[in-house]
Amino acid sequence: MSEKSCIVMDKVSYTVGGRSILRDFDLRLEQGENRTILGVSGVGKTTILKLILGLLKPSSGAIFIDGIDISGLSEKTLTQTRKKMAIVFQGGALFDSMTVGENVGYRLLEEGELSEAEIEAIVHEKLGFVGLEKAIDLYPAELSGGMKKRAAIARSLAADPEYIFFDEPTTGLDPIGVYNIQQLMIRLQGEGKTTLVVTHDMNTAFAVSNRFSFIHEARLVFEGSREELQLSAIASVREFFTPGEESLFRYVEAEGDHETER
Amino acid sequence: MPSRFFEKRLLVFFSELQSFFSLSLKALFRIFSPPFYYREFMAQLDKGGVGSLFIVCLTGLFSGMVMALQAIIQLKPFAATSYIGGMVAVTMIKELGPVLSALMVAGRVGSSITAELGTMVVTEQVDAMQVEGTDIIRRLITSRLKAMLIAMPLLAVVTDAVAISGGYLIASGYQISPLMYWKSLPQFMKFQDLIEAVAKPVFFGFLIVMIACHVGLRVSGGAEGVGVAVKRTVVIASVCILVSDFFITKLFIAFR
Repeated sequence: MSEKSCIVMDKVSYTVGGRSILRDFDLRLEQGENRTILGVSGVGKTTILKLILGLLKPSSGAIFIDGIDISGLSEKTLTQTRKKMAIVFQGGALFDSMTVGENVGYRLLEEGELSEAEIEAIVHEKLGFVGLEKAIDLYPAELSGGMKKRAAIARSLAADPEYIFFDEPTTGLDPIGVYNIQQLMIRLQGEGKTTLVVTHDMNTAFAVSNRFSFIHEARLVFEGSREELQLSAIASVREFFTPGEESLFRYVEAEGDHETER
Repeated sequence: MPSRFFEKRLLVFFSELQSFFSLSLKALFRIFSPPFYYREFMAQLDKGGVGSLFIVCLTGLFSGMVMALQAIIQLKPFAATSYIGGMVAVTMIKELGPVLSALMVAGRVGSSITAELGTMVVTEQVDAMQVEGTDIIRRLITSRLKAMLIAMPLLAVVTDAVAISGGYLIASGYQISPLMYWKSLPQFMKFQDLIEAVAKPVFFGFLIVMIACHVGLRVSGGAEGVGVAVKRTVVIASVCILVSDFFITKLFIAFR
């Protein structure tokens, strides 16, 4: 399980308050791959991203980032591993006390390896990539939902990470906003970035991914290509694509808020 | 069944206490090592310190005035009104100044810290900061702690000064000689009282920030969770200030 240049989740379980969010979950994300994890809302998709980022500790199992098991690492060592990764959170999670430009340059400023002029140049470049140069001095509260997501993408790109994770990147956006985000993701993939998307938006999933995983009741029940997914005979997968009477008002326990170990 | 309930509550209490002390130690150890987040520190000093000036002045003024008023009524039959200044000063400097200013700051600054951090937690900004490589204890807690460790004693000194001046205003309204009022101050005070007057607010400032940050970073459940956390911070901080004031006073008396 110690191969380089990939993310591996090996029999990862995550339990909170006696409730199982993930059970023996396996995932292997090769470099350059564009994977989408699908599943109904509240099934634990975001938890997977937080586990990979080391924001949550698995109850059992191991998570390898480029061959390093991060499940037992200290916060200080994790910071080094996180340099390879970036995430675009569902709501953008932009720091609302900072301008868009400051948000984008935040990580570079924290690292303290570049001069202010170099950081400014990178900020302009990344904001140009997402078409938000004119918003550089605006605060997050002054942006629309789509602009917030684009600013968050620009922030995630600032330190040139190898892996980019997207948590419900198109939720709550209008069709133009959705198209913009999809195109940005495709452009990133064109630059060789490895992306892992969690979403329940099939349109986005098919537009930006070539491989799919499906979670149902805390377990991975499917892994394969688009064609295999669409032809799958697994009941939960079929129901996800063509919900029927049996899906009506079913009670699904949400993954909810987990207490993050800090 | 009730024993199970108490056992569970006790376990939760001790686990919270443990994580509070662990967080406090981590925050304290980071005070003297870089990065110092100078801008964040100054912003907190301005928000928590300068921003609280008006409210502590108001508290000090009326506390001093009401104390002088009560003292005049009590001391007049004994012809001892010349000691009013000293009485106001000793009560304010040793006890009421630090406690009242800390209670005001707990309500004003403690609640705002919890609300700010709690909102950052529920909107995933804290997670985002960690992913961006930030030591959140250093950036979010230590900078606030440093600011409050400096601001709180200064605020208490201002409260004391305003309270003594408020007492003087009332005393002068009752034809008590200004000279007698001011001359009585050193008669009641010792140097150790001044140390107590500074040590107490430093400790209260530490309590306010650490309780506010501890509760704020453990927020869950969205907007309602933030509201509950803010209430918890104000209640816990206020109770801790009053309880710890008793023990600090005992300690100072023991070393007198």
